[in-house]
Amino acid sequence: MKFEPILTKYRYEENSHTLDFYRGHGGYEQAKKAIKEWQPDDLIEEVKKSNLRGRGGAGFPTGVKWGFVPKQTDKPKYLAVNADESEPGTFKDRVIMETDPHLLLEGIIISCWAVGIHDAYIYIRGELVHAFQRLVDACKDAEAAGFLGEGIFGTDFDLNVTVHRGAGAYICGEETGMLTSLEGDRGQPKLKPPFPAIEGLFGCPTVVNNVETLACLPLILEKGADHFKSIGPEGSPGPKLYCISGHVEKPGVYELPMGVNMLEVINEHCGGVWKGRKLKAVIPGGSSAHVLRADECDVAMDIDSLAAAGSMLGSAGVIVMDDQTDMVDALLNVMKFYHHESCGQCTPCREGTGWLEKVVHRIHEGRGRPEDLDTVFSICDRMIGKTICVLADAAAFPAMSFIDKFREEFLAQCTSNPKRSADAPASSAGGLHV
Amino acid sequence: MSDLAFSDKGMKHYEWLLTRYPTRDAALLPTLRIAEEEFENLGPAELKYVADLMGISPAKVWGVFTFYTHYRREGTGTFHLQVCATLSCALRGADEVIEHIEERLGIGVGETTDDGLFSLSKVECLASCGTAPMLQCNNDYHEGLTLDDVDSLIDTLKAEAKSGGGAA
Repeated sequence: MKFEPILTKYRYEENSHTLDFYRGHGGYEQAKKAIKEWQPDDLIEEVKKSNLRGRGGAGFPTGVKWGFVPKQTDKPKYLAVNADESEPGTFKDRVIMETDPHLLLEGIIISCWAVGIHDAYIYIRGELVHAFQRLVDACKDAEAAGFLGEGIFGTDFDLNVTVHRGAGAYICGEETGMLTSLEGDRGQPKLKPPFPAIEGLFGCPTVVNNVETLACLPLILEKGADHFKSIGPEGSPGPKLYCISGHVEKPGVYELPMGVNMLEVINEHCGGVWKGRKLKAVIPGGSSAHVLRADECDVAMDIDSLAAAGSMLGSAGVIVMDDQTDMVDALLNVMKFYHHESCGQCTPCREGTGWLEKVVHRIHEGRGRPEDLDTVFSICDRMIGKTICVLADAAAFPAMSFIDKFREEFLAQCTSNPKRSADAPASSAGGLHV
Repeated sequence: MSDLAFSDKGMKHYEWLLTRYPTRDAALLPTLRIAEEEFENLGPAELKYVADLMGISPAKVWGVFTFYTHYRREGTGTFHLQVCATLSCALRGADEVIEHIEERLGIGVGETTDDGLFSLSKVECLASCGTAPMLQCNNDYHEGLTLDDVDSLIDTLKAEAKSGGGAA
């Protein structure tokens, strides 16, 4: 049965980003219904019942997260929308923000009503200037129509939404890093607990939700939690935006039910591996996820199935590699990324990401030693779980899984590369002292 | 240096920003964006102006500014070509795009042409992996690039500069 897109139904239609278009297709009716007909507690229960799980990467149940925010508090409460889409391989939230920004705003209204929030910030990565402008315009139009600002929909509920541009830092996609950045500082993460729900933005209770997560809310209200749960596996249901990039014929964002088979996505939706080549490997959930070999790719793409397969759905950034891909080269690219993006406050991450890059670089240069592979695992062991946030883990997972699953290729680069004897001896390679 | 100041429009935007956050510091990142619009490239003098305006120490403003990679720094050319080189783009030819630009403009990564027109940077993932390879030039994304596309982009930008146009 062909799945009809829900979240991205109108993405190719002219003016889909405008308020007139959105209202003409039933827009803002669910937000209005929420405020006028739903008690906040019942709304939280409905979202819990839907099993909606966060689409940013961690997959935490959205309703449960909302439930952590204290009901009685003297402090203001905030919603911080994570639109800092920067996990390599991920480009789905951008589609929502550029082609249907009012869908996000409607989700924001529903979320804020449920939790009793009057100030929301959309933290969008600085590079997405076009999407930023779309959101700014959408907020202006929604405010002029009485859907944002004071007394929305003619009720006494106030809601201000501010679009806040980041400035180029992967770490600001980590929730506490994002909050620190929103407060006007370097985006360095903070230790949890306290969790943002208790002590987040400006020291106040804060809900952090991803763009795509919020975009699912109007659907849950319109069709009910049971309907939402009927799309895909019950444990992590709903429509899902998959970002397919790399070596396929037709890369792009595909909206499919949660739990769709990975090979079906690659072969049927994306036209197969490009140039008639064979599949070699797939990173299923953004570059932080464990890589899968071709023989491991016959797997359902939902949170629980990919976890069971030893990887993760993450941000659903699916990077496909063909049989001519040099895995040492690919890993070096990923290691450079994490080294560049480490915020520098925790030693295991700041130093570890640098060492990983250097070791893989040495192997890549043909000056590696077989024992370098063990060194990589030893460095990873000293990074995982030993830092404030999970950037260290995110760097270690690809390092370990690439070497684990393509060990022969890494070994061959260490031992049979002709450059090895021609270049400087390994002992002085790249100033590496490990 | 002392004559640096936001225009009325910039100042109005800044004052509006202050109404959107419970603390003044929270307006720092967006205020640096206003500074970019007003002054184009940001260096010590411009950052000192922002620090004084906001009553935040210059050291903190400098620390924040240098933590992020996307603000326009002193010496950046009129057109800042930022080529994404992260995995999805690398798999589809980002290196060829960079090499081609290097040859066309006679500069390396991290350099600016003598006429101050172009700067070239290699940057990390720009959330455009489905249309790789790609680059960002000032505010605009140029996606699904062929080397011919790169040539015509450079030609267009050169013509734009000649006719008096500037940064987007």
